[in-house]
Amino acid sequence: MKTNFEHHQAAHCENGVTSNLFQFYGLNLSEPMVFGIGGGIFFMHLPFIKVNNAPGTTFRPMPGTIFKRNASYFGIKYKRLTFNSPEKAQKKLDEMLEQGKPVGLQVGVFHLPYFPVEYRFHFNAHNIVVFGKEGNSYLISDPVMETTTTITEEELTRVRFAKGAFAPKGQMYYPESIPHISDDKIRGGIKKGIKHSAFFMNAPGPIIGVNGIRYISKKVRGYKEKLGDRKAGLYLGQLVRMQEEIGTGGGGFRYLHAAFLEEAYGYIPNEDLLRLSEQFTKSGDLWRQFASQAAAIYRGRITTQEAFDQAADILLEVAEIEKQAFRKSAKLKF
Amino acid sequence: MKKDEIPQDYSALVNHFRELCYAKDQDGKYTTGLSTGWEVKTVALEQAWEEIKLRIEETLEEIRKGHKTPLAYFMELRLMDSKLLSKYAGIWHFKVKRHLNKPEVFRKLDSKTIQKYAQALDITAEDLTQFNKA
Repeated sequence: MKTNFEHHQAAHCENGVTSNLFQFYGLNLSEPMVFGIGGGIFFMHLPFIKVNNAPGTTFRPMPGTIFKRNASYFGIKYKRLTFNSPEKAQKKLDEMLEQGKPVGLQVGVFHLPYFPVEYRFHFNAHNIVVFGKEGNSYLISDPVMETTTTITEEELTRVRFAKGAFAPKGQMYYPESIPHISDDKIRGGIKKGIKHSAFFMNAPGPIIGVNGIRYISKKVRGYKEKLGDRKAGLYLGQLVRMQEEIGTGGGGFRYLHAAFLEEAYGYIPNEDLLRLSEQFTKSGDLWRQFASQAAAIYRGRITTQEAFDQAADILLEVAEIEKQAFRKSAKLKF
Repeated sequence: MKKDEIPQDYSALVNHFRELCYAKDQDGKYTTGLSTGWEVKTVALEQAWEEIKLRIEETLEEIRKGHKTPLAYFMELRLMDSKLLSKYAGIWHFKVKRHLNKPEVFRKLDSKTIQKYAQALDITAEDLTQFNKA
């Protein structure tokens, strides 16, 4: 059986699942729109939480946030279920597919057979859509992939019950019904999303938002002296991966946010939105410039203190641009 | 970033899929484009794997010295830590730690426990009991 679900590739898995599932129910919102309305742009540096032996950095809010914010803002009724037993999890999934309803699943990537081995870490907050079943195989729409794919019952059960941080526990979610959404409602969502992300990016305290970017800049400046070249390289490599690896659309989601603001201008013809979009494009470019500079260090090409200083300076520039942009976002009058 | 600047370098994604990037078209409007990879990221990912290989080598050395058990080798091979292994195997964490660090305890493990570990780590029971990599 197969639902008439349409696969559209996205940069980020959660945006993609949200946008594709909404579209199935007749609500057409692009990836940037879903991302922006869900307040997806973010930054936080967690020096004490180690991921693969390097401090954690995130450019996105908690997994599940983007879907949740979109659904709650648009008044979309949805179900989110977790399961104790794999049998029940599979039974419920099969029932949904028999009713012709595609569902979103949270899965771990370590055992995900169609991912390249090099990308299979114990990361449990990946999102996919199951939109059909043929014999023993499920039809999978993984938003980060160009085309749809299939995996067996056993393989799916395994990734649905991955263990560790963010263990999905078979988690499955789907809209039950989507009301008609007027353009006015979308305009409201845009405003809410912009204010939402501005609130967090302007947050007080050293590790979140714009302050967090300043904080990581300071850390990067001191990496060489504090950690030595090898460890410093590892820390920088980890930061770049969080910033650029599949999912961010480039520049730590900054391009996605800029694309959202540009599209938002189509709904709300306020020139400030375009100006903000420009600023985030610039910020995205700088994030990528930082990544290139960091790469020169972790490849061992240039490991002078000067190289670290340059990387840190780029981050300061990013922080300055984003500080202005998010202040303006918070004050934006529509 | 402009659309024609989207990097098309080698990465582990080659032969699997290309990833979607957001970039500007010639008129300065946002659009999407596909990327085979970016060298900057490829090197970062390779570096992460080199680090894992290094840890595996270190673990083998510890096993030779009798400070760790074969279980530790496979745990590193599967990118796990003791907590995660405990969850996958369904064995108490404090026990897992003993099985990782005390060869004399590990040697006396019953076949049921060995089987649990083998399953959690995608290996056979013999891989654990007749370990010959160290």
